[in-house]
Amino acid sequence: MASQEVIREEPSRGSFINDPKVRGIFFQAVVVILLVAGVWWIVHNVIENLQRLHIASGFGFLKNRAGFDIPVRPIAYTSDSTYGDAIIVGLINTLIVAGAGIITATIIGFVVGIGRLSRNWLIRKICTVYVEVFRNIPPLLVIFFWYSGVLAVLPAPRDSFNLPFGSFLNQRGFYFPRAIWGEGSWLIFVALLVGIAMAWFVARTARQRQMATGQQFPVLWTSLALIVGLPLLAYALSGFPLSFDFPKQSTFNLTGGFQIGPEFLSLYLALSFYTASFIAEIVRAGILGVSKGQTEAAGALGLRPGSILRLVVVPQAMRIVIPPLTSQYLNLTKNSSLAIAIGYPDLTAIAGTVLNQTGQAVEGVLIMMVVYLIISLVTSAVMNVVNARMALVER
Amino acid sequence: MQEHDTSWVRTEMALAQQAPAGVRGPLAWVRKNLVGSVGDVILTVLAIALVVMIVPPIINWAFISAQWVGPDRTVCATAAQGGIQPDGWSGACWAFVNAKFGQLMLGRYPIEERWRPILVAILFVVLLVPLLIPRVPRKGLNAILLFLVLPIVAFVLLVGGMFGLPHVETQLWGGLLVTLSLSFVGIAVSLPMGIVLALGRRSKMPIVKTLCVIFIEFVRGIPLITVLFFASVMLPLFLPAGVSFDKYLRALIGVSLFAAAYMAEVIRGGLQAIPKGQYEGADSLGLGYWQKMTLIVLPQALKLVIPGIVNTFIGMFKDTSLVIIISMFDLLGVVKQNFADANWATPQTARSGLIFAAFVFWLFCFGMSRYSMYTERRLDTGHKR
Repeated sequence: MASQEVIREEPSRGSFINDPKVRGIFFQAVVVILLVAGVWWIVHNVIENLQRLHIASGFGFLKNRAGFDIPVRPIAYTSDSTYGDAIIVGLINTLIVAGAGIITATIIGFVVGIGRLSRNWLIRKICTVYVEVFRNIPPLLVIFFWYSGVLAVLPAPRDSFNLPFGSFLNQRGFYFPRAIWGEGSWLIFVALLVGIAMAWFVARTARQRQMATGQQFPVLWTSLALIVGLPLLAYALSGFPLSFDFPKQSTFNLTGGFQIGPEFLSLYLALSFYTASFIAEIVRAGILGVSKGQTEAAGALGLRPGSILRLVVVPQAMRIVIPPLTSQYLNLTKNSSLAIAIGYPDLTAIAGTVLNQTGQAVEGVLIMMVVYLIISLVTSAVMNVVNARMALVER
Repeated sequence: MQEHDTSWVRTEMALAQQAPAGVRGPLAWVRKNLVGSVGDVILTVLAIALVVMIVPPIINWAFISAQWVGPDRTVCATAAQGGIQPDGWSGACWAFVNAKFGQLMLGRYPIEERWRPILVAILFVVLLVPLLIPRVPRKGLNAILLFLVLPIVAFVLLVGGMFGLPHVETQLWGGLLVTLSLSFVGIAVSLPMGIVLALGRRSKMPIVKTLCVIFIEFVRGIPLITVLFFASVMLPLFLPAGVSFDKYLRALIGVSLFAAAYMAEVIRGGLQAIPKGQYEGADSLGLGYWQKMTLIVLPQALKLVIPGIVNTFIGMFKDTSLVIIISMFDLLGVVKQNFADANWATPQTARSGLIFAAFVFWLFCFGMSRYSMYTERRLDTGHKR
């Protein structure tokens, strides 16, 4: 150790100007000085500008009365609530649309991606057209298309489209029956949880037994029976407590039921369709990435096509799929900020309103950035855990 | 000695026979590709049903019932809506696109000055097309003209205010002009910036590396809209009182910074894929850092990640549509702005305008992606794993 140090500290033969170490330190010192000077200059300017414009600073404004209303509010909110409440409402709205979009985009994406590899020529072509069309159009345009091109020209509430299950579609959105959970309905939820837990337990035991003895157990049907059957049983036992509040047509509007506004619908549909085209390509690449020998070897072992897909191809394809899938989920979440263009009150839209009302641009933009960063980091962390579980365990 | 050999060897090739009737011809193709199994038959029927349900109405809407020319909204509205079309009519209102075409392309650029952006567009095409065709010589000169001379000429022509050209404020710019100029400058700025950031992220200098990592991860973690918000409401606060810059320039900074972070990650992937031996070989030849990077590593790395780079370009081209949020009017913005025109307000207007804009965006993005596939094939020297 000591001798090595001695050798390293021997002066180099050339001038010290040519020593990469010295150069590195010098260069970094320059960077740091420039950075500090730049930051100081910016901070100085910001403070001066804020004083000149008489804008308060600090996050105290979050406790002030907001004074604006939010049409879509998942939690209690009135115009008397604070700016902080408004931003939380926005955050929840963002999460709702992002979550719904991610689920739908994944489903469409997987279907289309597998469809692009179908042996059926027609299906293959339809899926290709879908992907090539949606991948090459800005998402904002798709949102506008749904909003102004499709939903805004639907009939007025008087002539709503009647859809199955007592739902309606008109230019004010999509109406469907609202479930009213009566007395004793908590039993159903408990039964559902118990069912899921039991299904998980059955699946685990069955896997262990198969590993030990080779005997198989119909896990899928048992789990389905548990997850669906138990809540149904609870529903019957507690005396059918569920009822529905159907939307009813009155002269000018629909009353009752549950309404999803056109803003949410168009944002949700556009994000799902747009992101699905990217997910489809990822899924296709993932499946193509599993070499044909794997399928053939599995066939040679006597596995059925379904089992080959489930046990051999999909687990290997998932390894290729998950990292890019994560970044698509993040993209979808970030693209949900396009909501501001059609007036869906998501985080960006509400933070923008707050920013305009209070004039505290620095704090407003900071809140937006930090919240999105946190969402991104949490999503990445979750997907990294999934990825680690899926990753190849090398011996 | 052995005169009669029992074995017989053919001296000429046997004539190739046609494949059996069952596996050739359109019928066999249909059997293989459409009705291979029961499941296939069901899928085919469903797909045909889907196509029949979707395609004829679209063709009818976009071409047969469409109105191509007309003075105002009456050609695109039914009688009940105050127009000349029969009730129940539904067709594209291309007349709207036709009437607003100049605006869609150039925004509110003064009519008598419109030859300037058109001239720039012609110059752009004249310089771009030879650069894209591999067989045309003098690529170096061509690139210098396109990336160094053209921007200056374009700036003089578009902004004006010198050489006797009247000044045109960027607030009057709009339409495809804004979309294309934003993305061209964004591309030209974000690629070098992305290279620098990627090199910085792989640098051995800890401070430089940390700064690059923070910048890249930070920008990639937030939506473009917040970056644009930052550029439009926070940037003015950062500057001394009295200094302000153009909204167009601010959007340009936002878009470029955003694209640079994504570009950096793409290029980093390429840098990581270059085997260590290449770096060490360059070192042993006595090349300095920048020589090593520009002569040995980057040419190989950039070639590897062409698809990623073009994807970032495409993403940026699509993202320029977001400038509408900070009230600048690109192609999509102008389309949307014109929905409010009472002279053209019909139920078909929004759809037609948006589909036209979508078609333009699609053409550019699809063209870029196809060209990148072509380049990738051309540059593929077989070293790929």
